[in-house]
Amino acid sequence: MSDDENKVAAEGFSLAALQAGDPEEFSKLVNAYSNNIYRLAIKMLNQQEDAEDVLQETFIKAYRGLKSFDGRSKLSTWLFRIATNEALMVIRRKHPEFVSIDEPIDTEEGEQEPIQIVDWCCLPEEELLSEESRERLDEAVQMLPEKLKVVFLLRDINDLSTHETAEVLGLTDTAVKTRLSRARLRLREELSSYFADRTAELREAQADGSPNNNQEEPIEHAPSLIKEKQDDK
Amino acid sequence: MINKPTKRHYHKNCQRLLGSLSEYVDGELDEELCSVLEHHLEDCEDCRIVVDTLRRTVNLYHKTAENDVISPDIRQRLYKTLNIEDYLEK
Repeated sequence: MSDDENKVAAEGFSLAALQAGDPEEFSKLVNAYSNNIYRLAIKMLNQQEDAEDVLQETFIKAYRGLKSFDGRSKLSTWLFRIATNEALMVIRRKHPEFVSIDEPIDTEEGEQEPIQIVDWCCLPEEELLSEESRERLDEAVQMLPEKLKVVFLLRDINDLSTHETAEVLGLTDTAVKTRLSRARLRLREELSSYFADRTAELREAQADGSPNNNQEEPIEHAPSLIKEKQDDK
Repeated sequence: MINKPTKRHYHKNCQRLLGSLSEYVDGELDEELCSVLEHHLEDCEDCRIVVDTLRRTVNLYHKTAENDVISPDIRQRLYKTLNIEDYLEK
């Protein structure tokens, strides 16, 4: 068995069967990675029909390309590369002004200086993962510039390693780390602005429920910081 | 603890460490920078909050992704397109 076949075997597939067009083996591959591919596509495109097209096109291209699959990367990395390219083509078609993801990032995507300094970690889990919160989480991702978004989606939503993400996007490991850091800091900022309000509301509700309480001061600075941020825009 | 009203103090020191926080929450920061950062965190409440909320942010996204699966009808159309319907949910 060659090194390449070993690599594919380590992912639980037989390269020989895949390359021979064995439908059962191919369906195993589809079953293993379709969730991830769709998740990437829907979050890159934010539109179900386009995401479904990308999902189908990815596996059609994979089926055709398996014979020449060179095994230099894992099958999953290869699939993500096809899917990312497909999704980027859709974005470019719809937004021709879109810049290439392999261009160096400019200052516009620089480090986000923290403005929201509010500790919302103590909010209960059901609050943090409520339907409304999930929508805010999604919206925050949609606000990321494309170059940061795709790195975040591969690393944090699809759980690829830094190196795998670098392979998918044709970037260096360092570039992946920098972009991930910037994406996460921006997301933290967005979520903090939302959860600061929820924290303040919860505190107020608690304070109303217990008269005579001489609690430490509420986090009045949070709304003022939010205002400051909006003014910045 | 309850948050104190925070001045936007972000010092040069905090700014310099900002780019290393992401690797820090992944536990992948190199040892030397890690100890510089942890030393700074001992005295800097603002940076501690940024680190904690950054970690929570990443963690929340990981959690939402876990339950995110494609709907049965999308899966069915995919298998049909690929001509592998016989193996659906096998």
